[in-house]
Amino acid sequence: MRKLLLGIVVAFGIYACGGGNQSAGGGATEQTQETKQEAKAGSSGEIVIEDTLSWIGPEGVPVKSVELGPLNQELAKKGAELFKLKCTACHKIDQRYVGPALKGVTKRRNPAWIMNQILVPDYMIEHDPITHKLLEEYLAKMTFQNVTEEDARALLEYFRWIDEKGTEP
Amino acid sequence: MRELLKKFAYVGTALVLVGVAVNSCQKQATKSGISADVAKQVYVPPGEYDEFYAFLSGGYNGQIDVVGLPSGRLLQIVPVFSVDPHNGYGFDEETKAMLMTSHGFIPWDDSHHPELSQTDGVPDGRWVFINANNTTRMARVDLRTFETVEILEIPLSGGNHASTFVTQNTEYVTAATRFAVPIPQKDIPIDVKNFQGTLTFIKVNNDPNYEGNDRMEIAFQILVPGYDYDLAHCGKGPSHGWCFFTSYNTEQASTLLEINASQKDKDYIAAVNWKVAEKCIADGKYKEVPVTYYHNYYDDKTHMAYSKVEKSVKVIDPKDCPGLIYFLPTPKSPHGVDVDPTGEYIVAGGKLATVLPIHSFSKMIKAIENKEFAGEDHGIPVLKYEAINYCEVPKPCLGPLHNEFDGRGYVYTSCFISSEVIKTDLKTCKVVDRIPTYYSVGHLMIPGGDSRKPWGKYVLPMNKITKDRFLPTGPELAHAAQLIDITGEKMRMLLDFPTMGEPHYAQALPADLIMDKVWKVYPLEENKHPYATLSEEDAKVVRKGNVVHVYMTAIRSHFVPDNIEGIRVGDTVYFHVTNLEQDWDIPHGFAIYGAHTSNILIMPGQTKTIQWIPKHPGVYPFYCTDFCSALHQEMQGYVRVSPRGAKTQLRWRGGGSDWKTG
Repeated sequence: MRKLLLGIVVAFGIYACGGGNQSAGGGATEQTQETKQEAKAGSSGEIVIEDTLSWIGPEGVPVKSVELGPLNQELAKKGAELFKLKCTACHKIDQRYVGPALKGVTKRRNPAWIMNQILVPDYMIEHDPITHKLLEEYLAKMTFQNVTEEDARALLEYFRWIDEKGTEP
Repeated sequence: MRELLKKFAYVGTALVLVGVAVNSCQKQATKSGISADVAKQVYVPPGEYDEFYAFLSGGYNGQIDVVGLPSGRLLQIVPVFSVDPHNGYGFDEETKAMLMTSHGFIPWDDSHHPELSQTDGVPDGRWVFINANNTTRMARVDLRTFETVEILEIPLSGGNHASTFVTQNTEYVTAATRFAVPIPQKDIPIDVKNFQGTLTFIKVNNDPNYEGNDRMEIAFQILVPGYDYDLAHCGKGPSHGWCFFTSYNTEQASTLLEINASQKDKDYIAAVNWKVAEKCIADGKYKEVPVTYYHNYYDDKTHMAYSKVEKSVKVIDPKDCPGLIYFLPTPKSPHGVDVDPTGEYIVAGGKLATVLPIHSFSKMIKAIENKEFAGEDHGIPVLKYEAINYCEVPKPCLGPLHNEFDGRGYVYTSCFISSEVIKTDLKTCKVVDRIPTYYSVGHLMIPGGDSRKPWGKYVLPMNKITKDRFLPTGPELAHAAQLIDITGEKMRMLLDFPTMGEPHYAQALPADLIMDKVWKVYPLEENKHPYATLSEEDAKVVRKGNVVHVYMTAIRSHFVPDNIEGIRVGDTVYFHVTNLEQDWDIPHGFAIYGAHTSNILIMPGQTKTIQWIPKHPGVYPFYCTDFCSALHQEMQGYVRVSPRGAKTQLRWRGGGSDWKTG
């Protein structure tokens, strides 16, 4: 755990040096450097990615924490529709496809991590060591699918439903 | 004496060029006459943005180049009147209709004069219009997508050159006949004296809430004598309500115009009061002329172009509509006609004249009120030259063509023959500065330089001849533009850059009027394409007789389906590919072996269709042409083609699924 924290701190340090420029107009050279350094942190093999339910996201993520209420079937249904339209080209529930199988994702990952993964995948690749490690394994970048925070919350509810009930909502 | 000095100047230039050949170390500095410190005025560091978007016409390539200024970097090429293998425009099934005309499918044209839409006389960043000179059309490009969304054929015209110039609030866009022709067309002997011209006003639907792209229609056409109508600009401020068209060949020569159309000392600027035209239309003083022309437009939701075939047009004969049109005598075969930001000065490019004529709008109105006519031409009143002319700038340069304004009281004129841009004080009619261009400048452009509020920082001459400016590329050289700083008393040359095709005119405006409105994707939820496949599980192959529709999806980095069997020689196959990405700048491409079309580039959330007619049995690969991810090379598939009449089962698979059948 100490090493995980160290990794994150290193990433932050570099992020600050890069000027924190997220805009498309940001300096290309700086960003490349950042990515290289991140890769180093990510590939050190010291990060325990299973231990992410207590995940604290990097500063720039849009979702800091999620209040999970009781399961909401309507929301889960909306999430199921969105999943079909925007996610199924790369993710299946039961098996690895372009990206990981999503069954059990709410048991493996913090809900805020899941929503940020959907909302700011590029930022997560750069600043979240877990995401970076996943990229090394799957070699395909998680893509932004033009979803709102509300949509991402519905998707999260869909994954919760699957994991709790074992059926489609 | 003046001429003598000029000769010395030319000899001096020649000596400088000899010097260049001898001492190549000094080449750059000597040739352009610039100092090294200009670099920082045009240097845009990596990752930073240009200050202006510029839209340069592509001339004989039928396109529009989008260039960033001051860097001169090419940002995009927008196909308008020409098919484009780069993205499939005009090759794919969706956009073929954009290039339909009453003469059938026309895959090419000659695009000349882009014009930005304006609100209150200022470019507003919504659209750019452009004309097709050859098979008379005009187009509208949407600056949210940088795609051609509407093309309107102009009937009763031969060569749409004096186009596309807008009125102050984009109420209308102009078109006009460059070549006089029989109107309506008929089989008669070639004699221009029996031909006519038309000046066309295209009404634009400016309603911001209107979602369709069928925004343009021909409001009316004005029948005019059979001269060549060359260029136009519309009034602004006090002259709002008027448009001005230059003419040449008032001699009405039918052959060897080079000599025969240059006999008269003066031709005309036609001044048209379009508010009077509106009244005449309302009063029924027009004829409905039966004629067929196409109106094509692209639907952002179905991702498909549609053609409406129009069957008639309203034509006004000036005889029936007094006050509609006046001729302003103007020396000599004038080319450009440009109205200054105040709306008062009308500056002509007196192409073959030894003076630069500047007319006064207020004098023109007085002359009309006082009936100061020199006579009539084909029933159209001709105003007295002295009564409308503000001044003649004496001996400005050789071959003045076009004028743009800086908003500070100066007009900048391109001089083709003497290869220079001159700066003239509009009030005093004195040339105050001149700078050479390399070489033979045609049009020139100041951002907003034909509007009420120019962003008068640079002038961009676009040159017809490039010669020794860049590394040689065989007999054909790219045309070139130069960027000139006009913020000081003296013009300063900043930059040279090659341009694509032949830019005839350009427009530019500050980047922030466009960049925040640009679409990044086509939202999948709004995709109403009839052959869209919005989820991999809906991908399928459907046979209808000899026609096969493939409903295909693409995402990084696989197609579904990626294996198809049961296609036969004699089939026509349509691949309807939907890009399921919703991430900016992730197009996928699609190309298949032996296709007689082009590749297609499908933007995120978009559906595009390409036709394929396999000729021989075999197994043919298809693949993604746009490098999309680390696994792009894996983004491929196969189609099995059996002989004509074979019983091979139609089946497909992909995305990890087993074979499926229809």
